[in-house]
Amino acid sequence: MNLWLILSVNSITLGGLLFLLSAGFSLIFGLMRIPNLTHGSFFMLGAYFGVSLVLWFHLDFWLAALIAAFLVAALGGVIERFVLRRLAGAEQAQVLVTLGLSFMIADLCLMEWSGDPISIDAPSALRGATPFFGIAFSTYRLAIIFIALVIAAGLWALLDRTRLGAMIRAGVDDPQMARVCGIRVAHLFTVVFCLGAGLAGFAGMIGAPILSVYPGLDADMLPLALVVVILGGTGSLLGSLLGSFVIGFLYNFGQALLPELAYFVLFLPMVLILVMRPQGLFGRRTL
Amino acid sequence: MAVKLGRRAFIAGAAATALPLPAIAQSAPIRIGLLTVKTGPLAEGGIQMEEGILTFLKEKNNVLAGRKVDFISADTGGSPAGAKTKAQELIERDKVDVILGPLAAFELLAISEYIEQQKTPLLSLAAAEDMTQRKPNPYFIRASATSAQAMHPLADYARKELKFNTVVTIVEDFAFGYEQMGGFQRVFEDEGGRVVKKLWPPLTAADYTPFIAQFGDVDGIVQGFAGSNPVKFMKQYADMGMKKPVIGGETAGDDALLKSFGDEAIGMINACPYTMDLANDSNRRFVANFTKDYGNIPGFYAAGLYINGMVVEAGLQKVGGTTGDKEAFVKALRSVSLTDTPRGPLHFDDHGNVVGNIYIRRIEKKDGKLVNRTIKTYEKVSQFWTYDEKWFLAQPVYSRDYPPLKS
Repeated sequence: MNLWLILSVNSITLGGLLFLLSAGFSLIFGLMRIPNLTHGSFFMLGAYFGVSLVLWFHLDFWLAALIAAFLVAALGGVIERFVLRRLAGAEQAQVLVTLGLSFMIADLCLMEWSGDPISIDAPSALRGATPFFGIAFSTYRLAIIFIALVIAAGLWALLDRTRLGAMIRAGVDDPQMARVCGIRVAHLFTVVFCLGAGLAGFAGMIGAPILSVYPGLDADMLPLALVVVILGGTGSLLGSLLGSFVIGFLYNFGQALLPELAYFVLFLPMVLILVMRPQGLFGRRTL
Repeated sequence: MAVKLGRRAFIAGAAATALPLPAIAQSAPIRIGLLTVKTGPLAEGGIQMEEGILTFLKEKNNVLAGRKVDFISADTGGSPAGAKTKAQELIERDKVDVILGPLAAFELLAISEYIEQQKTPLLSLAAAEDMTQRKPNPYFIRASATSAQAMHPLADYARKELKFNTVVTIVEDFAFGYEQMGGFQRVFEDEGGRVVKKLWPPLTAADYTPFIAQFGDVDGIVQGFAGSNPVKFMKQYADMGMKKPVIGGETAGDDALLKSFGDEAIGMINACPYTMDLANDSNRRFVANFTKDYGNIPGFYAAGLYINGMVVEAGLQKVGGTTGDKEAFVKALRSVSLTDTPRGPLHFDDHGNVVGNIYIRRIEKKDGKLVNRTIKTYEKVSQFWTYDEKWFLAQPVYSRDYPPLKS
């Protein structure tokens, strides 16, 4: 009984973290039609920037997370504006560029932060455990669920209630028609790429107290983002949110109950969805 | 980049073909090649390996047994294919006399047969048991430890001193993990304890909580994680409010990880062939020089390569500095016996594996920093522990299912 409760709560907290990671990935995928393979690197960079700000400059954890997100967003903007845009329309080339960049970033991180893992404490107010039905749960993990829901609400408001959001949605649905209507889709690409990168960077710092930061973190996280987005449907916020929780549950229960088949269980739904419903659970069929 | 780990695909030792080698003038420099990992997830240990051997060579002014040293470092990228390519480069292009490394067992297995064909002595930290047991390679020398060599004494300590009756083990799902926990289980159960469960999270698992949730009520937890994973594990373990004592192997409590651990690691007991607080001359010198040059404290990987350097020097002295006769050179290396190394006295058994001390340490906080304090020394520990060698070799190699769990 306890095992089930622990696994369920952990599934939800992991889902929260995965949502922060994959929301941006989904938007970029939906709008630009490319899986951004640098996304894991953005996650790792955000974590490295954030922990450095805390450990070297003694900044507050949350302030560090915001600055890290901003820095990674800026980097994302530079990459989109000066590299990906030059390859506009050549989606295959763009994917390969993002893959190449991810290796380059990994090497630079290794140079700057060495191979030693860096760990960081959760913000002091959230340290320790909270009892919940008689079982101790990490307070910080519970807080992640809250953060994820706040960000989800913010993103929903942005996409559903603002002019920018309407333009992004138009771009996701039909970029050519959006262009004809006078929306500067290229400009949107930069905005969305910055936003997605920033979210990933923020997620990296939020994840750092749990995962610690180490070379290879990027490669550990990227497949999870990929499977969430394929499950949920590209460009769909609701899809990312639900996909994250589904993967959170599959990951936790799969590893606990069928450890030999953990990755099989995790990726089976991805394969099934790709075969049966390529647009994902909540994605719209594109023409 | 995920590291792909092949299953234990041992290559049958093919008949070594004798290659005629040019006689090397004694005045020519001795060429030492290093196979290490400087990129990717294994880089932490790999960079320490290079720093360890460089510390040794600097101490010796780059001269061993009267011969100048040409040192060539190669980055395998932590993959079997990379190890093979770089080993070929070192031997065929750079004409090295001896190779140090590689780091990981799957890299070692990829080059073992080639090394034997080329008759190049190889001193590696890679712990694969059968390299010095059931499928030995005559050109292989291991001055560190087999996977289980530190786990046997750890199990003895857990049973006799910590009085554990039941434990759960947790380690990555790969050969090094199987061999560590197999060794722990054999000794722990032969002494009357019981391993209740053995958990194997995938190498790249980001979150260990699904496994930690399964620990149940036991006296202690045995973790054998490697690389950066021990840091992640201890953090998540403490986050879940778990209080059971944790013990671990040589990679789980490596001194090099101490600056990354938080206070949750305090109290963790670990077994290692090297300990930074060993108070002998060579270790004091090694720690001082290493810390001065790299502003970092040395761990097991750095010490391992420094010790490999000492073994090479002592072997060279035995053959009067000549390396032309590779068979004589490897024989000399294997007969090296040293009294003062950073890990204490050591010599080799008939299989080229070290017989040396294993240190049981406890992580403590001293002056605001985490340190490993040695609490017990097991002396002259062999890869066979206290078992009869013949009996030991007649058993299967430790694996995921061997020894089996008692129900």
